[in-house]
Amino acid sequence: MDLELMIDSIPMLLEGAGMTVQLVALALVVGMCLAIPLALARVSKYPALWMPVYGFIFIFRGTPLLVQIFIVYYGFGQSEAVRESFLWPFFKEAYWCAIFTFSLNTSAYTAELLRGAIQAVPHGEIEAARSLGMPRLLMLRRVVVPRAFRLALPAYGNEIILMLKGSALASTITLLDLTGVARVIVARTYAPYELFLMAALMYLALTLLIVRALKYAEWRLSPHLRPPLNEN
Amino acid sequence: MIDLHGYGPLLLDGAWLTVKVALASVAVGLVFGLIGAIAKLSNSVIARGAATAYTAIVRGIPELLLLLIIFYGGTLLVQQIWRGLGSDSYVEIQPFVAGTFTLAFVFGAYATEVFRGAILSVPKGQIEAAYAMGMGQFTMFRRVMLPQVWRFALPGLGNLWLVLLKDTSLISVVNLNELMYNSRSAAGATREPFTFFVAAAVIYLGFTIVSMIVLQFSERRARRGVRLS
Repeated sequence: MDLELMIDSIPMLLEGAGMTVQLVALALVVGMCLAIPLALARVSKYPALWMPVYGFIFIFRGTPLLVQIFIVYYGFGQSEAVRESFLWPFFKEAYWCAIFTFSLNTSAYTAELLRGAIQAVPHGEIEAARSLGMPRLLMLRRVVVPRAFRLALPAYGNEIILMLKGSALASTITLLDLTGVARVIVARTYAPYELFLMAALMYLALTLLIVRALKYAEWRLSPHLRPPLNEN
Repeated sequence: MIDLHGYGPLLLDGAWLTVKVALASVAVGLVFGLIGAIAKLSNSVIARGAATAYTAIVRGIPELLLLLIIFYGGTLLVQQIWRGLGSDSYVEIQPFVAGTFTLAFVFGAYATEVFRGAILSVPKGQIEAAYAMGMGQFTMFRRVMLPQVWRFALPGLGNLWLVLLKDTSLISVVNLNELMYNSRSAAGATREPFTFFVAAAVIYLGFTIVSMIVLQFSERRARRGVRLS
């Protein structure tokens, strides 16, 4: 073990960690924006709405993320039409390809989580909203979606961690995320233990941070389940 | 129909290796999972601590990074031991072994939780009843615990299998010529990456569909003794 090398590599690895966090955060935000309408379409009673969404979710959950990212990064350029379109500057960049793929991937998983949560919203609450005369959209916004979010939160926490782990695949399309930086330094120094273990520690720290943040979010979002602070 | 330029057999060869690596990993991974679950439920503080650390570490480290650690780090370790024994020949851990071990290690960690839950779900009264009937510990385990643990664990293990199947694609990064690696070769040779990666995706999707059908069937079979209310 070369401790000096481990310490020297910290600044570069931290830069990589910054890239990892950026990729994950952007993908999660875009993924969530896509997942909400997808989940609502998924629980719709119209086949024209739920069937294509079902197919989308099935394909993204049934194939490896590595294949997806390769199709986007290496595959899209095969078609002349894509290379000459206005989209090419976007799909030419490994960075945007990674964001694009991760967003779609996480949106498929998140939509499925939200579907479960939407269906788990107690029927009485929906009836109550209806009997108060809420229009459908208002009911979705005020009752169904917020309730579903709270119900899906623990499972969504797992999805965030899975996305963090999946983001390591960005290193296979030349991006310098945490894994990518570690691989570059290993190729130069041939010190796989030191670098990969340092990277692993940073991933563990990020995971711990996410777990903590989620615990806090769950606590904040369930005041009705907490015991009263003072009972006198 | 898409034109594979004669690379179809290469993809199928890769797909076959993917199946083999996945089956080998799941076999080893189930053993890891059972050991982990038993350790987590044991009275020994050390065993429980080790099992908790195991699951926490695997949950927090990307599979790709773990594979790189095991492949490159493991090779270096074996080499150092080899040198220490006085040999100077070059040894390398085979990608198949490193890949199987990594996937089994990951599968085992998640399976630990699945098995733990399943073991705890077997009603205590049944275990007591088995002992009261004079069954030995082993007979009790085989006749009472195992069939029920299997039933409780099956849905969770099924999900883990689907994850493992997709994670086999990562082993292409350390040059195992499975499905993903072979589609990369074909993509490089023909300069048609889209065609071949989509073909690979279709094969993976096929594996997923077949697995889901088999899992549904096995779950139904494992449930056959349950009275539906």
